[in-house]
Amino acid sequence: MEQKILLIIIGMSLVTYLPRALPLVVLSKFELPPLFRRWLQFIPVAVLSALLAPAIFMPQGRLAISLDNNTLIASILCFAVAIKSKNIFWTIIIGILAMFALQTLR
Amino acid sequence: MNRDFITGVNKAIPVVLGYIPIGLAFGILANHQGLSTFEIFLMSFMVYAGASQFIASAMIASGVSPASIILTTLLINMRHMLMSASLSTYLKHIPSSLQAILSFGLTDETYAVDITHCQKHKSSAAFFLGLHAVAHAAWVISTLAGGILGNLISDPTRWGIDFALSAMFIALLCIHMKEKMDILVAIYSGALSILLTMTLGNGWNIILATMLAATIGVSINLWNRKFYLSS
Repeated sequence: MEQKILLIIIGMSLVTYLPRALPLVVLSKFELPPLFRRWLQFIPVAVLSALLAPAIFMPQGRLAISLDNNTLIASILCFAVAIKSKNIFWTIIIGILAMFALQTLR
Repeated sequence: MNRDFITGVNKAIPVVLGYIPIGLAFGILANHQGLSTFEIFLMSFMVYAGASQFIASAMIASGVSPASIILTTLLINMRHMLMSASLSTYLKHIPSSLQAILSFGLTDETYAVDITHCQKHKSSAAFFLGLHAVAHAAWVISTLAGGILGNLISDPTRWGIDFALSAMFIALLCIHMKEKMDILVAIYSGALSILLTMTLGNGWNIILATMLAATIGVSINLWNRKFYLSS
């Protein structure tokens, strides 16, 4: 194996691991101020939405708010199932089926 | 076998379902871009971060310097700091050494499952170990398979199975939206994430959108309380 690639992999693993580990290991030792805790409570919804929005609305890298956007159609269906059922399993099954149908039918 | 460990393994199923096609796709692409099977294995095993692996593999192929590849990886993966911080309030009972091991397996997908579970149950280390180990194994094995099979399979994401991850995020997002403020924060964060992707490109959008939206949420909370007290 090329030494340069080994160096790249080791460097990448360090800069990926540290952000994953440090906040958890350090912050869990402290009693955090209420305002910061409230801020942290918003992280799950905020981060999930920040991950999802570009994936749904710009699957090809450009903004695509139209019926031609398969990901958007399948996602709307998933939201409906998720809100109604609150069930992860069914949301995924319906999502995969919808995506499969849209991609093979078009 | 510990019962929490088994629960963790079961909760990993949707993550595995999504990692298989994306992992295969990465293996195939990296193989085309000139990485050896062993290098693909090593990168998936040690780095274990989908988006940055795709970008790094392309950058290696085009001869970019190691320093800029590593910096780009740091930028893309800094968002995990927020997830790690948000888990910290729920994992106080787990010793530091175990926290350090568990956090290696923290990805967007495992985080989403972790935080949903922690908010409902007192979570033992065994739960996270089961979930994280299975997800990591699925990633390593599927990227390795993609690297070995190479050209034998055509684009594994064309069936839309990788949409399992978005569908899982949608379900978990809906589970987390309990109050009006959560919905508001989600809308702000999503809109900011799109806006930032269009202006700054990939990389900064997730960490910035998340921090800004959470700050907006806290500010509105504060403002409402002040308003309530003064009226």
